[in-house]
Amino acid sequence: MILFENVGYNYGGGELLSDVALRLAPGSFHFLTGPSGAGKTTFLKLAYAELRPTAGQVTLFGRDARTLARDDVALTRRRIGVVHQDCQFLDHLPLATNVTLPLTVCGKPGNTQDLTALLEWVGLGKLADALPPSLSGGERQRAALARAVIMDPDVILADEPTGNLDWEMSLRLLTLLVELNRMGKTILVATHDMNLIRQAKSQLAARVLRIANRRVQLAGADL
Amino acid sequence: MKNSFTALLGADRQADRVVPPSGFTAQLTLFTAGAMAFLAVFALALSLAAGRLADRWASALAGTATIRISAPPEQMDTQVAIVLSLLSTTPGIASARAMDAAEQRALLEPWFGPDLPVDALPLPRLIEITEANPGYDGTGLRQRLAAEAPGAVLDDHTRWRRPMAHAAERLRLLGLLSLLLIAGATGAMITLAANSALAANLSVIRVLRLVGAKDSYIVRAFVRRFTLRALTGASAGTVFAMIGVALLPRADEAGAFLTGLGFQGAGWLLPLLLPPLAAVVAFAATRFAAFRTLKGLT
Repeated sequence: MILFENVGYNYGGGELLSDVALRLAPGSFHFLTGPSGAGKTTFLKLAYAELRPTAGQVTLFGRDARTLARDDVALTRRRIGVVHQDCQFLDHLPLATNVTLPLTVCGKPGNTQDLTALLEWVGLGKLADALPPSLSGGERQRAALARAVIMDPDVILADEPTGNLDWEMSLRLLTLLVELNRMGKTILVATHDMNLIRQAKSQLAARVLRIANRRVQLAGADL
Repeated sequence: MKNSFTALLGADRQADRVVPPSGFTAQLTLFTAGAMAFLAVFALALSLAAGRLADRWASALAGTATIRISAPPEQMDTQVAIVLSLLSTTPGIASARAMDAAEQRALLEPWFGPDLPVDALPLPRLIEITEANPGYDGTGLRQRLAAEAPGAVLDDHTRWRRPMAHAAERLRLLGLLSLLLIAGATGAMITLAANSALAANLSVIRVLRLVGAKDSYIVRAFVRRFTLRALTGASAGTVFAMIGVALLPRADEAGAFLTGLGFQGAGWLLPLLLPPLAAVVAFAATRFAAFRTLKGLT
């Protein structure tokens, strides 16, 4: 699904990531951890073609990321839901419109019942008409998650999704991600919150990847 | 490109909504498009009027000059024959023809009435010359006439118009050049406005790319907006300018150049082309600016 082969990335001042080899199998749940600035976000950006590898090869859904044209990147992103720590919305449009934006931009009609169910599921049913700037941090994260899954993507990438949230809200978001994984979605969550990882491992078989010395390694059972 | 232009005219409001409305810049774009169209209408009127003037004067030039021969009756026919043979060897003269008595009487009739005894009057004979292109050398012809037929006078009444016709021709060119400049300035202005709108909405564009929007979708949102603004502004400007031209005081055919400024007949349809033209310019300029901006984003 997403395949990294000897991938390196260099912003210009030496390689940030080197020799990264990883396969995100369908239905898997991965955590990506490591100190700030180690390259977690860069890794995720490589996985949704925001960045192209400077060495090695990233394969997205069977295609070399470097050969993707701009429209191919757009089509690829319709199959990958992304949730950022600092998620951005179209601030002049209500929450419901923002959540259905991925459908809008590819010309698919939205289903009102599906939307209502989705907003209920993330606990934002009453806020459908609210404008994004009026939402709290936790509400924004859950709205971003709803937007990320509305296209029924195969993969969900989350970059520090709980970074701005308190523990209770973090658990709530984790529960949503776990539920999505049980529905068959491939999930990769970058976080440095060890408690969150421990909590998740008690619920499912999550694998933990750690970035250290520019390499991405599978962490042991020491968590 | 053609497809996106037709898609633009369709009811694609969805793409338009994703970009937040921008009151102030929108008004500026409207105003500038209107002002440009207003100026364009006058530049157009100027070139059309100058064109008409140039044509009229040019056709007058292509007309005739006259040689008037005043001589004692017994010498008249000899002098006419001399002048005609002289003219036939002069370069730049297409044809020369002596007028007969009946024609001369017809020319004088408006002044003296039909009963004028032309034969009894010592009227000069007239020779009508049709000039070739390029024309003859007036000074040289006068000298030859003075030497060979002292009673002949070249009456070159249209020659003074030649530089005027030239000037009118230039004026038409300047008018057309102004139209081109106005179109270019409109394009530049729309590009600037579009660039600032794109820069102000970079975060919107990033969100759209993140959720899988193709470039063409994002471009359409901006292009549609600026095309419609340019069309609206230019329409208003054109209408005001056309009213202004229509209200210019009229003058008769002999009126001076300034009062001849305006449109005639089907010419009134020409300024109506300006709003669509402004829309096409805005469409191309915004499209160019938007695709260039998107190239820098992933």
